[in-house]
Amino acid sequence: MDFPTIIQILDSAVRLMTPLLLACLAGLYSERSGVFDIGLEGKMLMAAFTSASIAFVTGSPWLGLLAGIGGAMLLSLIHGLASITFRGNQLISGVAINFLASGMTVLLGIKIFGLGGRTPALTGGGRFGEITLPFAETLRDVPLLGPIYADLISGHTILVYVAFLCVPLTWWVLFRTRFGLRLRAVGENPASVDTAGVSVTRLRFVAVIIAGVLCGLAGAYLATGLSAGFVKEMTAGRGFIALAALIFAKWRPVSALGATFLFGLLEAIANRYPNLDLGVITIPSMFMNALPYILTVIILAGFVGRAIPPRAGGEPYVKER
Amino acid sequence: MAAAAKQGGRPETAAPYAIELKRISKSFGPVQANKDIDLRVPRGTIHGIIGENGAGKSTLMSILYGFYKPDAGQILIDGQPITIADSQTAIRAGIGMVFQHFKLVQNFTVLENIILGAEDGALLRPSLSKARDVLKQLAQEYQLNVDPDETIDELSVGHQQRVEILKALYRQADILILDEPTGVLTPAEADHLFRILEGLKAEGKTIILITHKLREIMDITDNVSVMRRGQMVASVKTAETSPEELAELMVGRKVILNVEKAPAAPQAPVLEVRDLKLVDDEGVERLRGIGFDIRAGEILGIAGVSGNGQTQLLELLGGYPEKGATVSGSIRMNGQELDLTGTRSDARTRRERGIGHVPEDRQVEGLIMDFAAWENVAFGYHDQPEYQGGLLMDNARIKADAEKYFEDFDVRPRNTHLAARNFSGGNQQKIVVAREIERNPDLLLIGQPTRGVDIGAIEFIHRRIVELRDAGKAVLLVSVELDEILALSDRIAVMFDGRIMGERLPAETTTGELGLLMAGVTDTENHPASDGIPPEQNHVEDLPKEPR
Repeated sequence: MDFPTIIQILDSAVRLMTPLLLACLAGLYSERSGVFDIGLEGKMLMAAFTSASIAFVTGSPWLGLLAGIGGAMLLSLIHGLASITFRGNQLISGVAINFLASGMTVLLGIKIFGLGGRTPALTGGGRFGEITLPFAETLRDVPLLGPIYADLISGHTILVYVAFLCVPLTWWVLFRTRFGLRLRAVGENPASVDTAGVSVTRLRFVAVIIAGVLCGLAGAYLATGLSAGFVKEMTAGRGFIALAALIFAKWRPVSALGATFLFGLLEAIANRYPNLDLGVITIPSMFMNALPYILTVIILAGFVGRAIPPRAGGEPYVKER
Repeated sequence: MAAAAKQGGRPETAAPYAIELKRISKSFGPVQANKDIDLRVPRGTIHGIIGENGAGKSTLMSILYGFYKPDAGQILIDGQPITIADSQTAIRAGIGMVFQHFKLVQNFTVLENIILGAEDGALLRPSLSKARDVLKQLAQEYQLNVDPDETIDELSVGHQQRVEILKALYRQADILILDEPTGVLTPAEADHLFRILEGLKAEGKTIILITHKLREIMDITDNVSVMRRGQMVASVKTAETSPEELAELMVGRKVILNVEKAPAAPQAPVLEVRDLKLVDDEGVERLRGIGFDIRAGEILGIAGVSGNGQTQLLELLGGYPEKGATVSGSIRMNGQELDLTGTRSDARTRRERGIGHVPEDRQVEGLIMDFAAWENVAFGYHDQPEYQGGLLMDNARIKADAEKYFEDFDVRPRNTHLAARNFSGGNQQKIVVAREIERNPDLLLIGQPTRGVDIGAIEFIHRRIVELRDAGKAVLLVSVELDEILALSDRIAVMFDGRIMGERLPAETTTGELGLLMAGVTDTENHPASDGIPPEQNHVEDLPKEPR
């Protein structure tokens, strides 16, 4: 494997990890506040559909992005209403959202575009373009660092950079601001927040809405950045992979970066080497493609260390004396 | 002011009370938790509120802290009428609350817990450094030393409580409410807490101490108010009262219950308990060497203020001691040693050995509230051969039994298909009592048989207990109702602080003498227990009597 190949695989990994990272951070906000969110998948899917549709109709990926955020936020609010206001079961609400998104996107797709559930392919201006960072071309010839800068760091869509910036931002919000302190507290012991005179409901709603925005970004990236349009079930379990990454990362933003990179890398390798020839045996492509999912199962089964979720996670808060 | 406060907590002339409650009422559905509560707490004093579990103390304090809205009544803080709509309002009014179960975030540092909800701005850094300074100051002033950078789960319970107090002080609380603060503390920690409270009082803070421990009240409070069944039955100066008087006020004197019963004819011992000890998972000794016998055809009544180990004793005998408890001693049933640990020490085995159990809390341990009455009738006995119909359960047989129990015990409404929660307290209790008594146990454990039960059902249940005794069975009756103990028991043992203080025969004792034992006083010679307490002291006294 030569250097340019490595750069190419890493470059592909960065693209592929971006929706995972955004969804993972979405889950991080929600779950840190004590609201489990297995509806990441559905929200991403909905956002992918709405963003692709609007981007196609208006020709603007930015309006598409807004629509994506709107679509995901709508589902977020449903989740919040069900699990915070009405103290319903958060898992059931999440499952419902996944089903709703999976059915609604196809139904609306067929109804509006008549293409069997897809949206028309986005061309040119309908997608987010790749940004070439300054001096990318001039620095390309610098050994080692040149290609890393020009081919790996430069040349992604704006959403990739946004996703990566979200990591330090989330860390800062979580551990350096009042909001972050309260957010972490409400996920650990909502009674402590409540007795301090702060509204548990409001905090959790804010967290769930932030999760919606981030899922919106993730979905829009899938449909208008990574590919050119919406395809039925295009999230392909990425929401669940993001959840696995979140657990792997122990609900920490910087670790989330590492965890999602691992998944992105696996996917990139599988794409690059459909049939990995190890000399002795050839690993079939099915296995390579299944790798991220196998890793997900391993993580969710708890093989990777002990991950302690936020203590009040999954429990609706009922005020007691 | 601090000096004045130290002198027996007399309020400064013309100074308004720190807290004044006027006719506060609160009900939850049909249950009246607080009824026409009046309370006045002079500034700079320690005020005890004493009462049994369920007397309404915590509800009252939750109203003060804005958790509940009172149905009626008025709250005045420093003489100003105030509506406390939420905790934020209470905090702003200078009220701080230390809950029985701490409201701390376990994986946060002390500092983070202190500033939570009281941050100075959107960023944490300035708040944290300010809190660090304030904490240093408070630590010096009140001996409240805690490492600010330690996380809560690394702290002992006593230190966690200090963090709660610091939280309140950081929010500049002038009025500090502590709900059962010593329940989880070791004696040394409790002493330290009391020194802290004395220090706070010296600084002019007003402290409300909710407890059911008489000793604490006598040791540290200036005034004490007694609550019973949602009402404030007395407010007195601590110096002018005695533990026995408070014990009686707490437990209350009801209409003398009349239970007709022939003298007991005790036979061979059924239950022999020796040196029973139980240490709970927090290291608190709940039972400190209990020993007694119960013979066939005899009712042994265990009197005592609740929280002195009765619950632990019943649970242990019934086969389900608290998780994590360490148990030692010996229990013999019909001459056979019972296992205290392991799989043969569970409730099912105890039932097989002939022990029936009517638990103290029927709604939690006696019934499954959402299940039908007929289903509840089978619980604990569902594995009995007569209920097995091959592969499935013989529900028809269970329903038939339920019908019979309902008839025999006059459970109303006479509908075995209703969920348990749809019956009144008295009828729920009848279902549980019927289930246990109809099994004809050699020994019946029965805790608080008439708590929350109406008069008619009380008589009925009492009669059935006596009938069981006359049938030659042994009964262990645990009750906080002294009258019930006196009316039913053939012998009375008084529990205090995990020990049996003494045994008396009902004919040869008085409520006064029992009250002393319940308060942990064994030396009865200095207190002639002739007729108990003079009746006039039982009346509600207004507090304080000084001119304003």
